[in-house]
This record gives sequence, C-alpha cells and structure tokens, in this order.
Amino acid sequence: MSISKKAETPRRVLAEFSYERAAAERGYTGQTLYVNVGDGTIESRPVTETMKEQFIGGRGFGLYRLWGGVEDDTRWDDPENEIVISSGPCGGITQYPGSGKSIVVSISPLTDIPVDSNVGGHFGPLLKFAGWDALEIQGKAERDVIVVIDGRSGRVTVEEAVEVPVDTHLVGHWLIDQMAESDEDRYYMSVVAAGTGSENSRFGCLNFSFYDRHREAPRFKQAGRGGIGTVFRDKGIRAVVVKSGPVSGDSNQPADRARISKVGSQLHREIFEYDDEQNQMRKGGTTYLVSIMNDYDLLPVHNFRYGSHPEAKKIAGDVWQDLFTQGIPDGCWYGCTMACSHAVDQYEVRTGPYQGERVIVDGPEYETIAGVGSCCGIFEPWAILEINFYCDTYGLDTISFGTAMGFVMECYEAGVLDQEKTGGLELSFGNAEAAIEVLHQVARGEGFGSIFGQGAHRMKDFFVEEFGADRDFVEDIAMENKGLEYSEYVTKESLAQQGGYGMTNKGPQHDEAWLIFMDQISNLLPTFEDKAEALHYFPMFRTWFGLCGFCKLPWNDVVPPENAETDEPQKIPSHVQNYVELFSGVTGREVTEDDLIEQSETVYNFQRVFNIRLGKGLREHDAVPYRSMGPVTVEEYESRAERYDKQLREDLSVDPQGMGTQEKLAALRAHREQQYEKLLDAVYERRGWTPRGVPTPKKLESLGIDFPEVIAIVERFL
Amino acid sequence: MRVLSYAAGRCVACRTCEEVCPETFFDETSQDKSRIRIHEGRETHRAEFCNQCGECIDVCPTKALARSRRGVVRLEDPLCVGCLSCVGFCPYAVMFWHSDEVVPFKCIACGACARECPEEALEIVDVEEPLPLGA
Repeated sequence: MSISKKAETPRRVLAEFSYERAAAERGYTGQTLYVNVGDGTIESRPVTETMKEQFIGGRGFGLYRLWGGVEDDTRWDDPENEIVISSGPCGGITQYPGSGKSIVVSISPLTDIPVDSNVGGHFGPLLKFAGWDALEIQGKAERDVIVVIDGRSGRVTVEEAVEVPVDTHLVGHWLIDQMAESDEDRYYMSVVAAGTGSENSRFGCLNFSFYDRHREAPRFKQAGRGGIGTVFRDKGIRAVVVKSGPVSGDSNQPADRARISKVGSQLHREIFEYDDEQNQMRKGGTTYLVSIMNDYDLLPVHNFRYGSHPEAKKIAGDVWQDLFTQGIPDGCWYGCTMACSHAVDQYEVRTGPYQGERVIVDGPEYETIAGVGSCCGIFEPWAILEINFYCDTYGLDTISFGTAMGFVMECYEAGVLDQEKTGGLELSFGNAEAAIEVLHQVARGEGFGSIFGQGAHRMKDFFVEEFGADRDFVEDIAMENKGLEYSEYVTKESLAQQGGYGMTNKGPQHDEAWLIFMDQISNLLPTFEDKAEALHYFPMFRTWFGLCGFCKLPWNDVVPPENAETDEPQKIPSHVQNYVELFSGVTGREVTEDDLIEQSETVYNFQRVFNIRLGKGLREHDAVPYRSMGPVTVEEYESRAERYDKQLREDLSVDPQGMGTQEKLAALRAHREQQYEKLLDAVYERRGWTPRGVPTPKKLESLGIDFPEVIAIVERFL
Repeated sequence: MRVLSYAAGRCVACRTCEEVCPETFFDETSQDKSRIRIHEGRETHRAEFCNQCGECIDVCPTKALARSRRGVVRLEDPLCVGCLSCVGFCPYAVMFWHSDEVVPFKCIACGACARECPEEALEIVDVEEPLPLGA
C-alpha cells in the first residue's frame, strides 16, 4: 500500500518551538520536552546527572518531573497536573525482546496519587529518537489541541485540533491520512490518543500506536491503569504525534552494542526453541493463563467470588489462538520475538456507533478476558472482543471496566441495584448485552453509564448514599484499593499476593508482585519473613523494568531448561544477568544484580513518599477489601467448605463441627485479617519503613533521596 | 531456487571460502564475518551456510527479508532495524551477526567462494526444495 493522501486539513498552529535534535548517546538524549497546552510554553529541560543516577529513566523520570510540577494539594484535574511519558535508557534498543516500552505517569483521577502505566507501541522510543528522553505535558487547553513533535525538522507545535477524531481507531486512520508524508513516514511515527469514554469516566486509558508493516495498518497498545486517558482529555488533548525518521539497530547509541546483541540473539534463540513447548506466547500471547488460573482456582469469576467456572474453556487460550491471525511477527516494538501483541483481524462490530465496521481488535490479553469475561460471568468470545474493541477506541481501561462491572453485577444480584436504578438494564452476571450498553453509556456520558464511569470506589459511596446499600457489604465486595480496581487474580489463598496487591504504590496491579504460585502452590514462602523478603525483592525487581523501558514478559514467560537447577529458579537468574548486561551495555555504567534492586528501591521509596505527600501512602491505605482475603458470603464459603473447614481445624485449632456458616465465616475472617496485619508489619520492617508504612529518613538517606522536601514529608508522620 | 552446494568428501578445510566471503562483502578477511563456516571433523568436514529455506522471512518485523526472483533470501539493509530476530529464529543458525555490523548477514549464493574453492567442493546449483544443512 502506498500513501494516497486525502485532502489535507489546514493546520492552525497555536504555539511553536524549534530545536536541534540531540541524538541518543548511551541511551539518553540529555533533555526532556516540556509542553504547556494551556499557555503555549514549550521548552527543553536538561537531564541532570542526579536524574540519571537516582531516577534512571521511564517511571523514575516521570515521577521526578511530576514531583516538580505539582503542589501538595494538586488533584488530577488541576492544570498543574502533568502527564509524563518516558521510555528509559534501554528503551529503543532493537536487539532484545521487550525493549520498547513507554511509562506514563500522572496524578490519577481514581486514586488522587501518582499512577504509572507501562505500555507498548512505538511512541517512547521514537520520542527519544526525535531528541527527547521524556515528554512532560502540563496545563489545560481552552479548545481541543494536538501536539506534534517532529524530530526530522526539529519542530514542536501545539495545534488546534481541526477535524481530528477523538475515538482511537479513527485517530489511527487520521494519522495515516493527515500526518504521513511518505510511505516510510508511517513506519517512524506514533500517536497517543484516548477516546470519548475518557471524557466521561475516571478510568480513561491512553492508546499508543505502532505501524504494523505486515497488516499495513496502525495498531495500538494501552496504558490502561489509573485513568491517564481521563487526564489527557481533561487537558483538551486529542492526540500527541511523534515523528522520528528512520530507526536502526544503533539509534540508541549503546556503549557496547555487541554486548546487547549477544544476549539479544541468545534470548531470541531461547524463545525459538522453548516457547512452543512452554507458554506459546507467539501463538496466543497471555491468553494461555486463562486455563491455568481456572485450574488453580485463581480465575476471577462473578466478581472474585470464585476462582473457576465450568464454562472457562470457552474463553481459554486455544479459542483465542484460533481467532488470532497466526504467522505474523506480533511484537509491539522491533525485535520482540515473544510477539504477544496478537490481534483479531476483520472483526465485525455488532453494536454501537461503529456497528458493521470491520476492525482490528488489539488483543484480548489475559487481563481483559478475565476482567470483562469471567469476572462478569461472560463466557462468549464475541462479547469479550466487542468490549475489548470499544474499551480501546473509547479510551477505557478494560481491567477497571471488568472489575467495576463485576462489582455492579454482584450488587444487582444482591438487590442493591434494580432495573429502576440502572435505567432498565438487567445487570446480572453473564448479561453481555447489558454490560456493552453500559459501555456505550459511559462513552456518551449518559444514564447508568455516568455513575459507572466514576469507578468502583466512588460507586460504593453512591450506592450507599443514593440507593441505601449496606456499607459493610459494598466495602467487602468492591475489589478496589486506593481507588483503583484490582487486576485479575483471586488472592484468597495467597497471603503474600494479598499484600502484593495491597501495598502496590499505584493501587492493586500485579506488575509489582505476582507471588501466588510461589506462596500458594509451591509453598516457598512459609514464614512472614519469607513473604516479606519476596515482597521486597520482586516489587523492586519488577519496578526496574519500568525505569529502563523494558517489558516484564520476556523475563519469565520463557525460561531455559537449566533454570530449574538454579538456586532461585523463581528469579530466572540467567535472565536477570541479561538485564545486568543490557543496562551496562547500553549506558556504559557497570552494574550488578544488587544495583538493579537499589535503582528500583530509590524510585519505589520516592513514589511512596509522593503518595504520602498527596494524602495517601500510609498503612491505612494498604488495607484491602475482604473479598481479596477470604469468603464474604455464605454461598462463597459453602462453595469451598472443605477447604475452609480444614483451615479452621489446622490453622485455628477450631472444630467446625456444629458451627453455623456465619460463625465459621467470622472465625476465618478474624484470623485472615490478623494475618494480613502481621504481613504488613513484616514487609514494612524489611523495606525500612515505620509500622505506619513511612520510609524512614535513614532509609531515604541510604538511597540518596534525602532531599529536604522529601524528608519534610516523612517527618510529619514519624 | 539458487543455492550453494557443498561436497563434504572434497573439502580439505583449507578455509579459502571463509576468506573469500568476507573479502567480497566486507573487504576484509576476518573469518568471523564469513557467511560460510567450515567445521573440521576427524574424517569429514562440515559446512554451515544458508540453504535459502526462507523461515527468517516470516519473523522479520520490517519485511526487510524477501526472496529474490531466483529464490535467494536477501536482506534489504535500509529496511533492517538490526533486531536480530532472524538470527535467533534461523532453524540452522546460519544467519550471522558481528559486533562491527548493525545488521545481520547470510549467504546469498553469490558464488564467490565456489569460484575460489581449490578442491571444487562448493558450487552454485538450482534446486526445487532447500537442501539439508551443509549439503
């Protein structure tokens, strides 16, 4: 396909900035781009040595810039809130799978604290190759705008959004029609967009494009978590476009390209040899997880009440492998042979404003299938695809949508909601048509959709205050913490993972820690000290991916056979060493495995203090809903009565014989809540925090972030 | 398709081919830049070079690898982003990379080595199906 340009829409430039493109050198260009869409200020800001040493890049740069841009009382919709996008020093290398991630940071409309969201697509690397280590957007536009960063001409513009669509799949067409000046241009540009759903909900997501040369079409990956799409539309931004010019294996100018090529070609080989017999990421992406989670009673079913369902096989990995187009290198950045970014091509949309259109559906991935599928009792692939497509194009997070919908459906079945309150929708588990109608209502800002768009946390208050719901009941069953909806794993039998979710800086997303198998299945974490050590190491190690521009999946979604013989197979030691080689090879700074952890610890603790600065980040904010700890209802208890009765006997020395279910529920609950508190104590101590969850000045000093403004925050809580 | 063919029984492992090849493409004789590699055995020797099977074409994200009219799999350098996917996914491990080079390289059946082989162990032939490795 070659470019046949449609009539070009006139472009009205509101602000303009010229610059000399700095080439990346050892992973950094040495400058970040500041754009204020409110007052038109555009400027270059230097990357300091402190930034590189202490904050590394990616999420670290995002938090650092955000900290400097906001006040203690800044909220998500204040003009000074920022959206910061940065890849990191290793982002943009082409030789190692999973090296093209962008990390987006902003104050979340859901949690009122910083959220970080790790996303594929080409934007972050191309931003760097256009001359910028990060993009920092502040202000609010009076009328909708687009931001265009053209590294080839060295020009940044804020322009009036003339005839620029809002919904993402339309923005993809617009990008090619209006912004590509040549065939080659399509390859080396990327757009960030949200959608109409982002305008009317708190869980708006951002879509990051990449041009799929095999499908000859733009595709999208999502920065889903935390509502950054909502911030984007609140700022009046419809699209941010970057153009870089050609990319090569040397664009990131690593200090030692041979070093990264060596580990890169080795990992490609591992994937070639073992993926098909291990997780089959290349055929089905993360969809293989559905049947595993179902088998181990970990798949969220009916709002996390249960962990398995007989109909789960209808949405298992083999079903998606048949629907995905096979044989295409589905990486979301060059060189990702894990290639999990699959798509359903030529899907015919069944409902809503795009009914009848044939579209590419990017995904679904496991989290979407489990969230909008099993969590809502929906086991029909077409419905999951329909919701996946609309969530993406409307700019809505599928995880928040699915988990919040599960909560609503349980409320409906419990009588908290009825058709009068939902505007005639029968929102019982499994009613896909009703769930899809809510999705369209969210995008239109109408009806029950406008309530739903507030997210689970705010719906709890609304249901109590307006519908007379029982406060204790909704607090127990709404799967949210800090205001963010849970991602899609049942944690009732894994205390470590309860903490893994509850203590996560941004709210309950599994990217910090996924300890269920180690804890629950393999029993590798029998003591509180073991759990605390795991809740130190893994969140720190996984945080590191987001500092450098990496994806987590190539770390442990394929493993060499000899891994099982290592001392700590769960860490995948040979792959950890790969990351040591990659960081050293790119930046020229020789590091060890311990250095990676310390790099993360610095940023992690800084983010914890940032949470405290904005009013959360203390022990009470790490509390989790009881549904994540154990059975809330009699029905839930009785569905796994044998398991729970056994625990009463063995763990609590209580004889369940003769006890009523309510009595047994209460005994189990008291025990589990006590265990969770003990876990917090152990983890806080391991992390160098006070019992209230506050990093100590000594800890901050050891990490080199004892800046006066940081110490001033924690001193208020010592 | 046009491929390089190797007669192990004639080869004496003189390594002339490993010198001619890099000289042809890189203007130097460094053997680790050769697109053909000879492995010495006690009785017979073995050669590694591309048999033009084309598996690499499907893993290239940028469509930089394509088959020519004569059936030779060639890399179009300007499209290549040096990701080395093809190196890892070559079933015969005969797509090579070198620290000096941003893009990988492979035998394109140019015949330069065959012309210089003193034992006439190498020749360019036309075949219907890819030959087994080193044949």
